Amino acid sequence: MKTTATYGLMAEFDSPRALITAAEKTHKEGYKKIDAYTPYPIEEVAEAIGFHHNNVPLVTLIGGIVGGLSGYLMQFWISTIDYPVNIGGKPYHSWPSFIIVTFEMTILFAGISAVFGMLALNGLPMPYHPVFNVSRFAMASKDRFFLIVFASDKKYDAVATRQFLESLGPVSVAEVPS
Amino acid sequence: MDNSTEQLKVPRAPVIGPGHTFATITDKISSIVLTRPLSNGWFLGFGIAFLLMNMMLFAIGYLFVRGTGIWGVTIPIGWGFAIVNFVWWIGIGHAGTLISAILMLLRQSWRNSINRFAEAMTLFAVSCAGVFPLIHVGRPWLAYWLFPYPNSMGVWPQFRSPLVWDVFAVSTYATISALFWFIGLVPDLATLRDRSENRVAKMIYGMLALGWRGSARHWARYETAYLLLAGLATPLVLSVHTVVSFDFAVGIVPGWHTTIFPPYFVAGAIYSGFAMVLMLAIPIRKIYGLEDFITDRHLQNSAKVMLATGLIVAYGYIIELFMGWYSGNRYEAFTMWNRMHGPYAFYYWMLWVCNIFVPQVLWIRKLRTSPLWLFLISGVVLVGMWLERFIIVVVSLHRDFLTSSWGMYYPTRWDWMTYIGTIGMFLAAIFLFVRILPMISIFEMRTLLPEAEVKHK
Repeated sequence: MKTTATYGLMAEFDSPRALITAAEKTHKEGYKKIDAYTPYPIEEVAEAIGFHHNNVPLVTLIGGIVGGLSGYLMQFWISTIDYPVNIGGKPYHSWPSFIIVTFEMTILFAGISAVFGMLALNGLPMPYHPVFNVSRFAMASKDRFFLIVFASDKKYDAVATRQFLESLGPVSVAEVPS
Repeated sequence: MDNSTEQLKVPRAPVIGPGHTFATITDKISSIVLTRPLSNGWFLGFGIAFLLMNMMLFAIGYLFVRGTGIWGVTIPIGWGFAIVNFVWWIGIGHAGTLISAILMLLRQSWRNSINRFAEAMTLFAVSCAGVFPLIHVGRPWLAYWLFPYPNSMGVWPQFRSPLVWDVFAVSTYATISALFWFIGLVPDLATLRDRSENRVAKMIYGMLALGWRGSARHWARYETAYLLLAGLATPLVLSVHTVVSFDFAVGIVPGWHTTIFPPYFVAGAIYSGFAMVLMLAIPIRKIYGLEDFITDRHLQNSAKVMLATGLIVAYGYIIELFMGWYSGNRYEAFTMWNRMHGPYAFYYWMLWVCNIFVPQVLWIRKLRTSPLWLFLISGVVLVGMWLERFIIVVVSLHRDFLTSSWGMYYPTRWDWMTYIGTIGMFLAAIFLFVRILPMISIFEMRTLLPEAEVKHK
């Protein structure tokens, strides 16, 4: 029986290898709503919890295309339609001169999209989160590795899941209050 | 493993001292910010830098009251110190982006301990650079006219002008550098949030950390975004000094109108930037006991980059001279002759001494690995690179096509106060930075440890 007071069960590991093995087993066991927390990026952990693709490249590509197009079209519209000025007999649509601003706008929009797209997809900023209720979780930004099974998982059971996590050889298992 | 790779590995100094773990790295770097008391030396250094910065503010305040007439700029030398210093500062910034973006794409993991403060250096250097064009426009309160925005005057910027390209290049560079730096800081801010004992500090770091919790999904998107930013920043940084060089090269002034400018400006920028990185890293690692993280290998690698980019700069100088002769253009030839024999000849030869001759001692391994020597040579290179911009801006302008429009340039005390003041502003920002934010990327250092190795053998 699920209770609303619990957010999930969290197991603590003291090495990246132990976390990866545990995450792989948990994922294989059929738990789908799981996550892991590490003090530095480990590609293998994301693989182990079944997270293979993310949309940051797509967002960045769209940002870059929008930036490049708006940069070029802006210059085209200003220089040929809204404010045509004869500069040294150069054509109004002097496209080689427009390349630099187009390039800079592409980079600017793509970069901003990459950063803010990443934050938005991650749901950040989010100053409060239930995992912070576990006091040992402060070590996740130092030298400890955590695995969580969310209470919303179909297979989640307060007793059976705890037993399963304890069988993975963690340092400790804690309940995360929501 | 075969013998050849074994042999390659042996003589290399480590990028991180022996005996460190995730915990010791975290403690060592975060304690500089969180627990180390402020020393008298810090107060003295910051105080001097802060005073110099106020001198700059005073000089700029007086400039706003009296106008650019208080400077040494006159016709024919309309660009003077403002542009010399702008190009010098923005060039210094380039090393930060090179270290954080290009070396990352090249998988040079030794960069992990110097990228954070090199990026901070970039940001502060670009801020110093940004001061000059703003105060040089004459009516700085109207500087926003440079940006294309719908206005009641019905006018728009002129997009065939390199000066407008420069506005876009430099503002994009400043924005992307700031984002790159901040995004790199977020996981470390979370570390500081979790380790801080002080309630106020905890709240401030907590807000800046955006609630970062190190989720594997977050890390995956984070790594992708960081890699993409590095890929975007790489062509960007090359474009910035290229566009700065277009400010000159697109003009027809002899000494400016040359196609060698973009590559030679970019190389010069990286050259002076690495000199600044060394001038900052050598005292900082000594004062804060960070020799385990910023090792001799970092210093030596930086010295090698300086040597390489210095040689590209030397090639640029030689080609300039060669083209002065080979072009058959009497104005070009005169410009080169005037550099060597004209009223500013002393500075031209000092340029050769500072940028080309002195740094050749870096071929000697003993000097390349000596922090003191590296510090001194870096200082010489920074002076040399400043002279290079002075030669390009002032010496090219003071003798143009018509003898009737020749002139001389004498910087005034206000020019010097503004220039030295920006050095104070830069150093004041560095002093604050090292005590407020982790100057070495903690999470990237963790990835360098043997215990972080997870690949199945």
